[in-house]
Amino acid sequence: MPLALEARDLRLSFGSKRALDGLSLTAEAGRVTALLGPNGAGKTTFIRCCTALLAPDSGSLSIFGHEPGSEQARVLVGLMPQATGAWASTTPARLLRYLASLYADPQPVDDLMRLLGIDEYASTPYRRLSGGQQQAVNLAGALVGRPSLLFLDEPTAGLDPRARKQTWQLISRIRDAGVAVLLTTHNMAEAEELSDDVSIIHRGRVRAAGAVAELVDRFGTLEDAFLACTEDAA
Amino acid sequence: MTLDFTPRPAAASRRRQIWQHAKMESGLILRNGEQLILAVVFPLAILVGGKLWGDRFGLGFQALAPSVLGVVLWSSGLTTLAIATGFERRYNVLERIAATPLGKEGILLGKGLSIAMITLGQVAVLAVVGLAMGWQPSTAPLPWLITGVTCVVGLAAFIALGLAIAGSLRPETTLALANLLFLVGVPLGIVVPVASYPAWAQPVVNALPTAAVGESLRAGGAGLVEWLPLLVVACWALAATVLARKVFQWTS
Repeated sequence: MPLALEARDLRLSFGSKRALDGLSLTAEAGRVTALLGPNGAGKTTFIRCCTALLAPDSGSLSIFGHEPGSEQARVLVGLMPQATGAWASTTPARLLRYLASLYADPQPVDDLMRLLGIDEYASTPYRRLSGGQQQAVNLAGALVGRPSLLFLDEPTAGLDPRARKQTWQLISRIRDAGVAVLLTTHNMAEAEELSDDVSIIHRGRVRAAGAVAELVDRFGTLEDAFLACTEDAA
Repeated sequence: MTLDFTPRPAAASRRRQIWQHAKMESGLILRNGEQLILAVVFPLAILVGGKLWGDRFGLGFQALAPSVLGVVLWSSGLTTLAIATGFERRYNVLERIAATPLGKEGILLGKGLSIAMITLGQVAVLAVVGLAMGWQPSTAPLPWLITGVTCVVGLAAFIALGLAIAGSLRPETTLALANLLFLVGVPLGIVVPVASYPAWAQPVVNALPTAAVGESLRAGGAGLVEWLPLLVVACWALAATVLARKVFQWTS
């Protein structure tokens, strides 16, 4: 079985700014791969390449062996964007039913909404939801198509501790079901709790990668690893 | 609760995806009160105002009634679409949906279908109101066939222009520019015939897609065959599509 995600030597510049500078990483089914890095490191740019919103200048990238954005790749992917991701005037129920209608065998929307507590505000316009409620809707939208590869771009940013814990438990369940999960986060505790593999990127390149235990052995703590790998001289 | 997260992805049929997206976008537009004013109330006001006072300004009702159909093509194809798409970019809606089986091409097809459905509904309502108010269009088939093709190609040109604007500018700028273009475009050949302009300005106005659509609709209503408007909108559709493909960005 091909890797869920395989990126080799990806390069992408916006004018004179190098957003991706030889980035290589892989993600496997049934594992959570955390992408750590400071703001502007290239995490969201990388995810946008994986969903074909951006095209790398060079390098190779595949989703289960398929080209990003191809018909075969699109159906395999679930995406939770970093912010918003919904029409302001729509409701969670209407949005999720619409997203479900794009799939032949989607998750049952009512059950998904109950699981994430969305049923309590299912008819509230998206723009009136709190940040945490919007995050829950975005997560449900990423899951509704029963994806094989799930991109979670800062899934717990702005959540209260209880909601964060529940999201962590859900992500673990999803991983255990065989989904490849690639998540970006600034939260070291989240990366330690959830990740099987970690890649630390800075200035568009992976500076260190490995299992959490390997990075802790090498640097002391994950936070030390992050700090050491993201210094300007790195 | 026992939801099974085992991967089992399967896409709905392509036709269903595009239809569902078109329905979603149409519903969002029709539930928006401001858009409804632009879509129905404004053209109806022109129609009623033209019936009551049009002769004072040299706008006979037989020419005004088909012209109003051009107003809705212009408003829906360019202004409504551009504003909606601009804010979809801002709120990462396009990013979100591009990563579904629908994909980028499906988004554009669904958008086009939603605008076509809304426009068809507007044209039907306004044509019926116009007929009820005394519009007596020609029933000759060839002029209307050419007018129909010109309107479809013209709508495609307006959509491509709308996408080029929405895909390259900030949504606030898109909002202002799309509304401004609507107001500027309505007199430029849509409602005011090219012949009403000074002779020196007529070649310029004739080359605009707004004038092409307006002149073609008036020609269809009068039972005249006009080929030039079709040529003009075809050139605009081609150029605007090339421009949109070049400048459109899916995220802001």
